[in-house]
Formats: sequence, C-alpha cells, structure tokens
Amino acid sequence: MSLVLSEDQQLLKDSAKAFVDQNAPVSVLRGLRDSKDAQGYDQNLWRQMLELGWAGMAIPEAYGGFEFGYGGLGVVLEESGRTLVSSPLIATVLLGASAINELGSDAQKSEFLPQVVSGELLLALAIDEKPHHRPCRIETSAVKSGEGYVLNGCKTFVLDGHIANKLVVVARTAGAIDDRAGLSVFLVDAAAEGVSINRSWMVDSRNSAMLSLNNVKVGADALLGAEGDAYTSLTRVLDIGRIGIAAEMLGSMQQAFEITLDYLKQREQFGVLIGSFQGLQHRAAEMYSEIELCKSAVRAALAALDDADKNDADIAEFASIAKAKLSEVATLVSNEAVQMHGGIGMTDEYDIGFYMKRARVAAAFLGDALFHRERYASLNGF
Amino acid sequence: MQAIAHLEDFRQETRAWLEANCPASMRTPMVDAEVVWGGRNPTFVNPESKLWLERMAEKGWTTPTWPAEYGGGGLSKDESMVLAQEMSRINARPPLNSFGISMLGPVLLESGTHEQKSEHIPKIVRGEIRWCQGYSEPGSGSDLASLNTKAVLDGDDYVINGSKVWTSYADKADWIFCLVRTDSDVPKHAGISFILFDMDTPGVTTKPIQLISGMSPFCETFFDDARAKAANLVGGLNNGWAIAKRLLQHERTMISGFGLAGSQGDRGGTTSTMDSVERAAMHYRGDTDKISDPGLRDEIAKFKIDSAAFALTSQRSTEESKQGQGPNATSSMLKNYGCELNKRRYELLLSSLGSQALGWEGEGFASDEIAVTREWLRSKANSIEGGTSEVQLNVIAKRVLGLPDMLSLVQK
Repeated sequence: MSLVLSEDQQLLKDSAKAFVDQNAPVSVLRGLRDSKDAQGYDQNLWRQMLELGWAGMAIPEAYGGFEFGYGGLGVVLEESGRTLVSSPLIATVLLGASAINELGSDAQKSEFLPQVVSGELLLALAIDEKPHHRPCRIETSAVKSGEGYVLNGCKTFVLDGHIANKLVVVARTAGAIDDRAGLSVFLVDAAAEGVSINRSWMVDSRNSAMLSLNNVKVGADALLGAEGDAYTSLTRVLDIGRIGIAAEMLGSMQQAFEITLDYLKQREQFGVLIGSFQGLQHRAAEMYSEIELCKSAVRAALAALDDADKNDADIAEFASIAKAKLSEVATLVSNEAVQMHGGIGMTDEYDIGFYMKRARVAAAFLGDALFHRERYASLNGF
Repeated sequence: MQAIAHLEDFRQETRAWLEANCPASMRTPMVDAEVVWGGRNPTFVNPESKLWLERMAEKGWTTPTWPAEYGGGGLSKDESMVLAQEMSRINARPPLNSFGISMLGPVLLESGTHEQKSEHIPKIVRGEIRWCQGYSEPGSGSDLASLNTKAVLDGDDYVINGSKVWTSYADKADWIFCLVRTDSDVPKHAGISFILFDMDTPGVTTKPIQLISGMSPFCETFFDDARAKAANLVGGLNNGWAIAKRLLQHERTMISGFGLAGSQGDRGGTTSTMDSVERAAMHYRGDTDKISDPGLRDEIAKFKIDSAAFALTSQRSTEESKQGQGPNATSSMLKNYGCELNKRRYELLLSSLGSQALGWEGEGFASDEIAVTREWLRSKANSIEGGTSEVQLNVIAKRVLGLPDMLSLVQK
C-alpha cells in the first residue's frame, strides 16, 4: 500500500486542479449564495465535470464507470475542496452511488449506476435524525405492507436533499433505537406521495435539506440489500463517505493555509512583514506539520479502500483516523486563517471566511472529531 | 522483471543466511542492558550479541548501504529494504547501536577524503570505535554557531582549547567528531571546522552530568591544549557549518524515530510492559471493557490517532525520499512532532499509572513503574536535544514555508 500518488493519479490531480482553478473559483459559490440559486450548484460546471468522467471515477466498469478507484475520486475531491466547489460529487457520487454499489443487487446496480455516471440521476443519503451523527440512532420506521413497505420518519442534514431524484433512506424494520440489527436501506423516489423536502440554508452555502416521510409506500424492489441487515454494508458506505469528505477537507485546509501564508508574506505592520513575527511563524509551522499528517492519513485511507487485502475493520480504523484528524486540523487551520488575517478575515468580501464555514460543516458531517476518537477507542478495545 | 527476480533471489539467500546465523536470543525483544555500542572496550552482557555483531559486520550488514570498498554491505536501497524486512520477519535485533552509523558515517561518506574514509569507516562498520558528538557548548545551545572552542594550527596538528557540554556518552567514547572555531574574524558560521580526534589524546577530560532522571548519559568535555591531526579535518577548513547542518539532518531523522511506537533508542521509549498506554490505563484504573474516565480515554485516542498519522507520515517521507534524495526539510517536522509525541506518551502514562508512576526507588514500585517515572523525566530532553522544538519551528517557518527571517534566529 503506497502513500505516494501513482503517475496516473498525479496526472488526474494536476488536470483536476487546472480545471477547478479555471472554471470553479470561490466566486462561483459566492454567486450561488448571493442569488439564492434554486439548485445550489452550477449545472453547467457539473456537466463539464461529468464529461471529465468524475462521476464514474470509483464505479466499476461493469456498471458504466471508469474503475479508477477511490484514490482517483479522492484527488478529485481534494482539488474541488481547494475552491469549495458545490456540486453533486459528494451526495450523488461519493455517498449515493457507493450505497447502491455496496448494498444493491446486480439488477439495481445495472439500472442506477450508469445513470449516475451519465448525470441523469441525482441522489441524496438520508440518515441523521438528530443534531449529532449517530448511525444507529434511527427511529424512521419501515413497516412491511403487502409486497412493499410503508416509511415514516424525519431526517435532517440531508446533503442535496432538495435536488435529488432519489433518496437513499436509512430506516428501521426491526429492533429498538440504537440497535445495530434491524436497519434497512431504501431507495425512495423524491416525488413519491408523502415525501416532503425542505431546503436548509446552511452556513457553508452548500446544499442540505430536511426530509419528512409520511406513510410513504415503496415496493419491495426499493430495498437495497437484505432487510434488517444493512449495518455492515452501511458502515462501509459511511466510511467511504468519511474518507471522501476527509479528502475534500484536505484540499480546503491546504488552500486556506496557502492563502494565509501569502498574507503573512504581504501584510506589513510596525514597518515589517507580519510573517517575520515568531509568534505567527511557530503557529504556521505547527499547522504545516499537522497538514502533513493529514495528507498521510487521507492517502492511507484512500489506498486502503482500493486495497483488496483490507477488510471492513481495517477500513473503519483508517476512516476514523482520517476523519478525526482532518476534522480537528480543519478547525484549527480555518480558525488560525481568520485570526492571522485580522480584520479583513472578518469581512464577507474576503474569501477566507468561506473556508472556516465549510470546515465546520465538513467536520460535523458523518461524525466530528469526538465521534471518531470515541469510535477509534471502541474499535481498539479501550 | 530481471530486477524483481534478482531481489527474490536476494531475499531467499538473505533469509537462509539469517536463519543460519542469527542466534536465538538475538530474535527476542531488545532490553536496554543488552544494547551493543561497540568500541575499544565493548561490553557484551549477552555473549550472543558479540557473535551476532561479528557475523553481521563481516557481511557489512551493520551498514547495509555503505560502499563495500570501506567495509559496508554495498547493497542497493531495494536490497537493504529486503534485508530490513527479513530481519524484522524474525524479530532480529539491530546488531550495533552507534553514533558512528547514525550520524558521522553518512557525512564522512559524503564529504570525507578517501584517506579519511579508509581510516574511519571500516571501524564504524565493525563497531571497533565508539564515537561521540562535540557540538553544544555552555554558551552555545540553540545558537550553536556561536561556539567558541578554538583550534589553532601548529605544524601538522590543530591545538584545541575549550569545552563542550551534553556530549552523549563522552566518558565511554573512543573518538569525537567535534565542531571547532578556526577563524574568529569572519561571520560566526564561516569560521567553523569539523574535526575528528581520539578521546585518549592528552588534554581531553570528561565529567558526567547527573540529570533530573537520575541518569548520567551526558558529559561535560574539556580540551586543554589537546592536539588533533590536521589530516582529520573533514570537508575543508572553515567549511564545518555545512557539515554540521547535514549531520543534524541525519540526527533529527534518527530522533524522530522515537515517536514511532515500539522503536528502540537511547533517548527514551524502551520500557517494555508499558508499551500500550491504553492497556496501562485500564490496568491501573481497574477497568475491564473500556477506560472509565472519558477525558483520559479521549486524550489517549487522540494520542494514538496522532501516532498512527505520524507513522504514516514517516512512511510517506521514506517513500518520497526514495524517489528523490536523502533527508530534507521534512526531517525538522518529523523530529519535532516525534519528540512531542514521545513526551505526550509519557504524560499519558503518568496519568494512567496514578501514584504508581510517582515513585523514585525502593519498595512499593515495580521496576517497570520506576522506569516509566525515569523515562518520563528523560523524555523532557527530547524537545531540547538535537535542536529545541522552537528551533525546529524556526527552521520550518524559514526553509519550508519561506517566511521572512527578520530576527536572523535561524542560521544560514
């Protein structure tokens, strides 16, 4: 398992960087926010990303993808994180497609994954029900009814919920709240009767929604995986998501750090550059060191996903190392970025605030640093 | 393909040789007392250590990648990696622990003359000469380049006067690699030379320093008209600072290894039954399924996650330098982070053991508990020796991040 990028991955990273720099600067996100864009992402930009093959990066060739691995998807997420690109890459590609790929039957994968690659299908994962991520704290119920099921419940923090065609809903078919057993995953049509979706306006100006399900009837074919037995595969899907988000955070934190470093080399006070002050230099050097550790944690986690010798327990550990570390350092770097910019860092006109806002949302999504440290301790028997 | 086939052959040969030649007791975890330092008057607590050193030195495998011309193993990087893997497969101990190998040798090979290499390298490989490092002085710690030990040419010799401090194991060393001032009329970095001489030279005396841990691994070293052969000046007159910096990079790479779990070193981190902080915490708190104090549990998890990410970073740095050159600016980052991790480890062990980690000697405390106390104190030097953490941060800020150097705190 190598921790340096392969030649192909490096080429992909370079071309993704060039594309993002040219077509998707932070001003795109700012524009979406200021116009309260109905979709919350730039559709023209997304079409170009589809043409570049980004949606099919980690999808097997058998289902219309390019089988370039999570290492490939990871570098694309990292580069898109540098300019805070808002696109269906996370909700549809990283989470939705992974859920279908990990849980779905061959027929479901054959039907839906090619639609993800082509861009016809937008997905959203609906799991959290409370302000804190706890994957087994599921009250949303799915009750067997005739050939199918009837779903009831509420979901929050559903990324891209209001633009998705289909929702990947985690529900309980058996067991009590917090039980691992009894979890099931359903693919629910967003237009189905009883589905109501309300967009949430988030601090990071990215897409999120609240979802309520009132007696929503679905067929037996809506079930992804075995009834009541989704926990293991769902955990893997969440770990893929956590690692992908960590890759995105890696890009965002590097960019925020580089912007700050540039500022330290330009801003003068007391007749000298502020970057010559040891009080700032040591903090910058510590951030650099932490970011180096973050790079290694993300590279290792992505490589583990692509390594057939790694089992679910290995992946879980890599995912929690990466998400815990990246959530912690993203918070540190974005706070320091604003502080080191001084007054200008507090203005909306300057971009650095966008990085702090996104860092918080990404840190909380699919488990914050505390969640993943607790999980790491449990995984390691202490 | 040919290269791969060759490596596979090499692996099989190496495996067979190790099977035949590595004594049974050399395949058990190293204990502090049995670490082999070599030298003119070597101590072998375990007689098999001697046999193991001789066999490995005979093949040059104490220094696998050094040129065979000077007694080294002459292995390629790939072959030496295979050797390391095969040694680790049978848990073979390192045959020799030596500042000659980890610090002096690499720079001597880079900058020494053929005569200097011929004289000194084979003895390092075979562990015949034990080296110490004459860098810091009472008035020159972080500001190393202000050093004041003078060397004046007199015929074929330099006559050396002054003193060094924090010389590790100077009282046990045979030779010293030493920074001396050979020109006082130029900027401080430009008047330093790097010279080698015998510790038995008349005029050289040493005095151990007792540390807060109760141990005395360091000495004060005094030079009173000590004569060193001019032929043993390495890298050219007044060019010592470049050599010194290069050597510090090797040293920092070595010290950063202390942050890696299970690593062996002379600077702390070798206690055996306390290897797992989380197990120690559960044991001493009487917990069974998990650490009952959520604060301590979170801190230990954070420490373990940082340690894992650090180990991955060391691995990545090795992979990257394999594609490029030797130690680079990241060695400062790794040194600094590794030391801080080791210090955190001992603080967490102290929290975990409670009052059992607060004994000094005598009844009521097991030897591994006393060792934690002593190593905790020892670990405080990790972020001082080989350049303080603050100096490392200066180096990162200036060399890696390119921040302006208004105060000239980092030596050019």
